[in-house]
Amino acid sequence: MSPRTTTDSVLVTGAALLGEDLRDVLVLDGVIAAIADAGTLAADPRAADVRHVDGTGLVLLPGLVDLHTHLREPGREDAETVLSGTRAAAAGGFTAVHAMANTTPVADTAGVVEQVWRLGRDAGWVDVFPVGAVSVGLEGTQLAELGAMATSAARVRVFSDDGKCVHDPVLMRRALEYVKAFDGVVAQHAQEPRLTEGAQMHEGVVSAEIGLRGWPAVAEEAIIARDVLLAEHVGSRLHVCHLSTAGSVEIIRWAKSRGLPVTAEVTPHHLFLTDEHARGYDPVFKVNPPLRTEADVEAVRAGLADGTIDIVATDHAPHSREDKDCEWDAAAFGMTGLETAVGVVQAAMVDTGRMTWADVARVMSANPARIGRVDEGPTAQGRPLAVGEPANLTLIDPAVRAVVVPREQATQSENSPYRGAELPGRVVATFLRGRATVLDARPVAPAGATAFDGADA
Amino acid sequence: MRHLLSTADLDRAEAVVVLDTAAQMAATQSREIKKLPTLHGRTVVNLFFEDSTRTRISFETAAKRLSADVINFSAKGSSVSKGESLKDTALTLQAMGADAIVIRHQASGAPHLLAHAGWVDAAVINAGDGTHQHPTQALLDAFTLRRHLRPGLGEDLAGLRVAIVGDVLHSRVARSNVHLLHTLGAHVTLVAPPTLVPVGVEAWPCEVSYDLDATLAAAPDAVMMLRVQRERMSGAGGGFFPSPLEYARRYGLDGARLRMLPDHAIVLHPGPMNRGLEISAEAADSPRSVIVEQVANGVAVRMAVLYLTLAGSSASAPIEETR
Repeated sequence: MSPRTTTDSVLVTGAALLGEDLRDVLVLDGVIAAIADAGTLAADPRAADVRHVDGTGLVLLPGLVDLHTHLREPGREDAETVLSGTRAAAAGGFTAVHAMANTTPVADTAGVVEQVWRLGRDAGWVDVFPVGAVSVGLEGTQLAELGAMATSAARVRVFSDDGKCVHDPVLMRRALEYVKAFDGVVAQHAQEPRLTEGAQMHEGVVSAEIGLRGWPAVAEEAIIARDVLLAEHVGSRLHVCHLSTAGSVEIIRWAKSRGLPVTAEVTPHHLFLTDEHARGYDPVFKVNPPLRTEADVEAVRAGLADGTIDIVATDHAPHSREDKDCEWDAAAFGMTGLETAVGVVQAAMVDTGRMTWADVARVMSANPARIGRVDEGPTAQGRPLAVGEPANLTLIDPAVRAVVVPREQATQSENSPYRGAELPGRVVATFLRGRATVLDARPVAPAGATAFDGADA
Repeated sequence: MRHLLSTADLDRAEAVVVLDTAAQMAATQSREIKKLPTLHGRTVVNLFFEDSTRTRISFETAAKRLSADVINFSAKGSSVSKGESLKDTALTLQAMGADAIVIRHQASGAPHLLAHAGWVDAAVINAGDGTHQHPTQALLDAFTLRRHLRPGLGEDLAGLRVAIVGDVLHSRVARSNVHLLHTLGAHVTLVAPPTLVPVGVEAWPCEVSYDLDATLAAAPDAVMMLRVQRERMSGAGGGFFPSPLEYARRYGLDGARLRMLPDHAIVLHPGPMNRGLEISAEAADSPRSVIVEQVANGVAVRMAVLYLTLAGSSASAPIEETR
């Protein structure tokens, strides 16, 4: 037997697989080679010269997949780069992220998506799957060259004007139809633009009192309802980004009851924070869609637990300090989230008894990978923890509680809404195809590009 | 009182102290020599990001009557997204040694940020922020109401019924008054077309009516008319009502409506008025109108607020001669 390349091989001992049975997991050359009862694989001769990681007390999940990340490069490297953003993703337990298209220039051509994809591959922290813009320049008037992006080296399957809504119903219809040719999906940022002109926060009791322009729930729900009906009419897949209201959950529930191929995501912050946080006018809580009410938080938690909402996605949106250290009206929308996602989901869903760790694996790994069509092939993500599968693994210590210190995070920006808050759930280790990107809860710099070449062409 | 940011921060006792102090200040203003030495050597900066000649002059007069040095810093024209930032302006004023900053800003929450971001040590007085608060306006309105309807030091406005009529949605004056008048024991009814009432108003300590005539028929003790911008009717302005004429017909205070009021009732308006839109000339110039007196009371109230924030509540009475 030839000597193992130990960088892509590891033995994890005694971890709770999906939070359940205690198992040893042996990874050889980036692939899960054996799964057996705890305490049995250390004696396996194949484990002799590989790294041993003690998983006692830890939960082992498949590597997390984020369908909604803003890496900011190209254009806003002062806020985040592909390198710093993917390092943050690894620190948060992710092995893949989908990089949103609202960069400068916009990711609306094969050239830009390939650039982002290559930067991701060179960084080596996680697999980076670029999202392509639906319309040229995110302007909502003309379809971008979706086919060129789909057949590029970046193999784009998710298309979104995120940050802006594809509000023109004809353009939305055309996009939904067009992406069927390559099994793509349109991920809609649901925001009726006329109803949200100048909007600053959720329209309700708090906005009325503190005098910030309201962003009504109906502006989200009206677009989701329209898009669901459009998707049914043309027989296309639709993905709804960062759903945030109780009414939106009801519409998705209705769509699924009709058997429509509609999927929906919720962010950690919409599972956890409410519009009450706006009262102090701290723009770290300014986000789009806005933080909603307690009743909405309850509805999205229930929707996630019962499968109406398919995935949790971070909408990680780093911003430079000057874009947040100002009046609320002048501040940028968005908050970081990659490194707090696991903790928030544990606090909101697992510790409350609403979901198991196996459910977490479903909504943060398997489902997002399937929606993004990155769950097949030699570099598949979101696969089950089974022999023969790519060894994308995340080890979580659910017993640790720690105070969030944005300055100490791997992301380049500090706009975390959880500053000073105590969250459970520490990501102890992350493995990308067997190679450790995080060990002892610290990012481990990759030794250059991996063998991953991502493209199947 | 460290800062004055919102009337919601004042409890009944604090609000009455402001009104009583303002009454003492007002008493000095009928003298030949109006100037008091109270804030001699202190520096008050009027930081106005939004045009408001009336409010600025009122604060400037108040500060000068208390012998403070006054610096007017007009940042007009610099929008929230460009020009000198609020932070840099604040740091500049801090370096210059401002003791109090009176701030008017188009963004709701800007005074809160200035007071709490750690940029300045000065007392921050909100002179109107976005569609949030304008606390000294509410205090001068309450002062005026008390003077006419519940005269006497230590009094509040318990049991008074006040109608506030007009563009509530965009009005910081309405928000400030709802909180303050409620704290002082008055019953407030907001009257507006439904398009100009904010979603979420149900949490406010007041009633809401869409019918001005019905509200006036219930004999309120005071009617406060809010300024309505004509451009609110246009599509670009939001299309809140069909035309100025329709607005005036349904929500304007004209002579006929004025005569529905009980004899003791008074009419207020924060100014500047749109005569013929929310208020007719007959109503504005009637003996019931206390609109000009509000301006004079504004100086006294702002003197009181400057005194209480700068000299502190533990300081001795500002004017030894009174009481």
